[in-house]
Order: sequence, then structure tokens, then C-alpha cells
Amino acid sequence: MARTAVGPVQRKFAPWNDPAAKPFIEFRHVTKRFGDFAAVDDISLTIYEREFFALLGPSGCGKTTMMRMIAGFDEPTSGEIMLDGRNLAGVPPYKRPSNMMFQSYALFPHMSVEANVAFGLKQEGMPKDQIAARVEEMLKMVKLTPFAKRKPHQLSGGQRQRVALARSLAKKPKVLLLDEPLGALDRKLREETQFELTDLQVDLGLTFIIVTHDQEEAMTLADRIAVMNHGQIIQVGTPAEIYEQPNSKYVADFIGNINLLEGQVVSAAGGMVRMDCKGTGATVVVEEETPAKTGDTVWFAVRPEKIGVSLTAPTDRSVNAIEGQVWDIGYLGDISVYHVRLASGATVKATVTNATRLVERPITWEDKVWLTWAPDSGVVLTS
Amino acid sequence: MASESDGRSRGLARWLVLAIPYAWLLILFLVPFLIVIKISFSTPVIGQPPYTPTFDVSGGIGSLMASLRQLVVDNYIFLTKDALYWKSYLSSLWIAIASTFLVLLFSYPIAYGMARAPRAWQPTLVMLIILPFWTSFLIRVYAWIGILKKDGLLNELLLSLHLIDQPLIILNTNWAVYIGIIYSYMPFMILPLYAALERLDNTLLEAASDLGSPPLRSFWQITFPLSIPGVIAGSFLVFIPVTGEFVIPDLLGGHTTLMIGKTLWDEFFANRDWPLASAVAVVLLVLLVVPIVIFQNQEQKRAEREG
Repeated sequence: MARTAVGPVQRKFAPWNDPAAKPFIEFRHVTKRFGDFAAVDDISLTIYEREFFALLGPSGCGKTTMMRMIAGFDEPTSGEIMLDGRNLAGVPPYKRPSNMMFQSYALFPHMSVEANVAFGLKQEGMPKDQIAARVEEMLKMVKLTPFAKRKPHQLSGGQRQRVALARSLAKKPKVLLLDEPLGALDRKLREETQFELTDLQVDLGLTFIIVTHDQEEAMTLADRIAVMNHGQIIQVGTPAEIYEQPNSKYVADFIGNINLLEGQVVSAAGGMVRMDCKGTGATVVVEEETPAKTGDTVWFAVRPEKIGVSLTAPTDRSVNAIEGQVWDIGYLGDISVYHVRLASGATVKATVTNATRLVERPITWEDKVWLTWAPDSGVVLTS
Repeated sequence: MASESDGRSRGLARWLVLAIPYAWLLILFLVPFLIVIKISFSTPVIGQPPYTPTFDVSGGIGSLMASLRQLVVDNYIFLTKDALYWKSYLSSLWIAIASTFLVLLFSYPIAYGMARAPRAWQPTLVMLIILPFWTSFLIRVYAWIGILKKDGLLNELLLSLHLIDQPLIILNTNWAVYIGIIYSYMPFMILPLYAALERLDNTLLEAASDLGSPPLRSFWQITFPLSIPGVIAGSFLVFIPVTGEFVIPDLLGGHTTLMIGKTLWDEFFANRDWPLASAVAVVLLVLLVVPIVIFQNQEQKRAEREG
């Protein structure tokens, strides 16, 4: 892949591209079995210091087990986990330098907000006045100072979530583990908290690992995402890489919306793939290196927002074009989603930004349309 | 007006549902208790019934008022004069407190073990705790005589193992009373403790461990405080009936075992002094009302908290 994916320009932070960078957390051929079931199946993974790393996948994919193994609640069946140069094997959870924010928050119901936040510091044997100062600082950070004396059951869901966050950060852990931290919040609060979390992570300079099934959450928060399925990591990359250069149909389909068109490779050379799109008679040209050879069955994946819809055939012969018929239109205000049926029977989704309020001749149901996209807007997938 | 009559009959049904438990309490608790109170203010006589006055409603208001005027507080005064009574009360309270504590001590590990056992076993374990109730309480206490007596099972076992060379004298001592009480009342402690411990969310212990608390400290910081409602419920369920316990001290205790339940029985059946026995019963009840009210308050607060 000669070109890297676009996406927002983030802070200049990419230790994963630096061969000299020292990994902070390292999974070495880690397998975890529960009976016959391999929850985590021979995973090797490195996470760097100060990284915000997301483990993303459907429930049962092994992402929570990965996190529980870092926390020490589960021990790997085989393989080893290194944290800051130290093998974690046999180290009990209460001696590990990580803290976890639980999905259920797991606040101690018999303790006040204050006592919950102080709990970890008390275990360290920190002097009382220092504990008080640290608790105050943490409560200020999560804006809960007036609620210090309350019990968890006297708080709202969002407040509880912030107590849990303050409690897990009070000890200044080397690694903060977040297990679906925003799952119980409503949408608006979730979005707010997402930005607070990223700010916090940058400010504190800590390593955060988040487990989530919500791809949007992973994309917003993480520096890198590991997409998991059936106990294996399918792809690791920045949100833009995962979105723009998925390495498989699974990842392409899991993250966002995508159109997958089956076809056969006609030729593949010099960074250009020509592919016969099954059942349409059209040939798709993709600007990409691929391991696929002539005659192989492959899938062309292209995001709906990268497809143009027009009533007339394109004059520019360098763009790809397929003819189809509008089957359905989803009007979402800012965008419209066109469901276009191809001659093969496959449906392609294309999103069009509604840039003007009034259009002379809007595309409507049953219109014959041309779908067009540039050769570099999609990828060829072999699996 | 179908709906109106419907509403009325529903109102009647609701009234009935409320009335049944109150009627039950009125007839089977309040009325007998009022009779006991009345007898406690009477004077003992030799006859049938063994006290006077008896209320005779056939004589009209006049004779009823005359009977009322015959009521006396002598029995209550007598309770303060003879040391036997306050000693019995104190001894009962002491035995009840000590045995409640011992029952708690023995029951907690069992309840904890049950709550931590694999889910699939738990119904069976609960069943095993309830199983002794299938046999009469009286028979189970009798069985302890066979175990604890001089040539009983326990002594035979210890002798045959050469752990002792003289049979232990346990039966008819306070030891036997404690053994009997602990054995009999443990289920009443275990079940509420188990209920409290079983509800405990395991992620709380994981969170404690994650924050640096080793298992034993987590027990004292998380598990035990959260099981306190169970400890309180179980303690009252043991303490209240043990205070008035009669069967166990009577069968297993000796003549030195002083418990108010036994004293009360002696007054009723040995001395046939019903009024004095009634006064003993009324004072016992008043003594127990305090912990009962505390217990009820606690339960109510807990119910409110758990909403």
C-alpha cells in the first residue's frame, strides 16, 4: 500500500510505526481457553505507552477476556503478557499497576463517593491528609465535588460513571482499562463523555485500553483499534486505516457502511487491478496492490459516500461507472442514501450530501442512474 | 351500572384481603394477650380457674366494674422482690446474647461457603439446611440427650478414640444448653446470611482487588459490611426466640440452668400460680418488644433503601 489512509490529522503520535519504540504492553501468543472454548486464540499484540487503544468486536469475540487478563482476573492458558518489561504471569490483580473501570461501574454501595475514590489509595497505605487531597483533586476533575458525601444509589447514571472513572484514576495507574465505559449512558451524555475521555487521556499522559462493541466509540476515542472476531485479531490500525483500508470483508462490514461487490480478477499489475464485476458486465478498475492473481474471486469494497449518483453517463473514461436503477431513497436531511439495484441483483448504497435546498430534477424512485467512483476510492479484498 | 358495582366489589375484595391478616392477629394474638394481661393482674386462688376475679358479663356493667376493682398489681411487685425472677431474666438475656454470637460465628462460614458454591449446587445446599425442619424440633432436642449423656454417643466415641479416659459430663449443664441452642437455631441464621451473601455482586470484589486490596482485606472491607443486613436479620431471628426458650434448657439443662422460659413454666405448672406466671410472661414480652421494634425498623429501612 503505497499511500496511507487519510483521516483527521491527529497529534504526532505513532510509536507503532517506529521500529525503535519499546512496547508497553505485549501479548505474546496468548491463548485463553474456558473448557474447550478458546476465548482468545493465539493473539500477539503490542500496545505502546500513552496510547489510547481500542479492542473492538461483537460480544463473545474475546475482547473482554483480553482486558481481564491484563487486570489479572483471568490468567492466560498459554503465552505471556508483558507490562512495562515485566511478565504478569502469577501476579495477582491487587499487585498489578493497572486499574479498571468496570462496565457496571462496580461502585461500593456501602461507601460514599469520597470513600469509593479513596479506596485504592487507602490500600496503598497513603497518609490520610494526602488521600484527602488526592480525592478532592479527583472529584474536582470529574466535577463531583458537591456529591462527595453521597452514596452511589443517590447519584444518576452519568454521575456514577464519573465516580467510577475518578476511582480508577485515583491511583495514577500505568494503564487504565475501560470495559464498555459508556454503554449505560444515553447518546448525548455518551458523546460528551467521549471527548472528555480523550482530553483526559492526553492530559494525564496515561495508556488507556478500551473494550467496546461500538465502532463509533472506538473510532472517536482510539489512536489504534484492534478489530476482533472469534478470539482472534483480524486487523490492527488507526481508525482511518481500519475504515479506508479494511483487510477483510469482516472488518469492512463491521466498521461503518460498505458495499461489497463480488468479481473476478482480469488483470493485476503495476498497482492496478481490473476486476470483472459479477453479473453486471462492468469492469471495475482499482488502484491498488493486491496479492490476488488473474482469475481469483475477490470482493470490491467501496464506502457509500465515495460513490456519485448521476442521471447521465460519465464522460470521463478514467472513473468507474455501473448502471443501475434507484430502488429506494432514504432522506436523512443532511444526506440522502440511494439504494441502487444493479443488473446482477446486488444493491449498492450511495450517500449524497444535500448541498442545496432545491434541485431542478431530483433523482427519484425507479430512475436509471449511473454510479461512479474514482479508481482509488475502494479496495479489493481477497477474504 | 356494571362498572360501579364492579368497583364496589373490588373495594370489598381489597378490604377482605386486608381484613384477613388483621382478624387473624386480633383473634389469635391480641385477644389471648389481653387475657394474659388480665390474669397477670389477678389474684391466685385454689379452684377452677385458679385465679380471681373472673369477668362475668351476665351480671351487667355493675358486676363487671366490681370485678375490675379487684385487679391488683401485686404480682408485678412480687417479681421485683424475689431475686429468682430478675436473675432468670438476666440469665436468659445473657444466654441469648452469647448463643446468638456463637450461632453467628458458626453460621457465617457455612453461609459464605454456600453463597460461593457453584450455582447449580446452591438449591441443594439450601435444601440441606432446611432438611432438619422435617423432623420435630422436640425430637431433635431429645436426640441430643442420647448424644450428650454420660454413656452417650459422644462419650463412647471419644473414649474409643482414647481422647479421654473419663466420660465428659455435658448433659444437664449449660454446655448442653448452648450446644442445643446453637444446633437448633443455626438454620435461622444461615438462611438470611446466605440471602445477603448470595446477592453480593462479584465484580465488587474484583474492583476491590483491582484497587489493591488482597482477598482477606476485601472480605472485611466489602463482603462483611454488605452482609450486615443478613447478620442483623439472623441475629434477631435467633436472639428473640432463644430469650424465651423453654424446651432446650428443660431437656438438656440442669437445675442450675436459669432461663425465664423455664421459670415461667414452673410458675404455671408446678406452682399453679397463673397470675404470677402471666406477669412473668408480660414482662418478658415487654423486654423483647425493644429488640423487635429495632429489628422491624432495620428491615423497613433496608426495604426502603433497596426500593
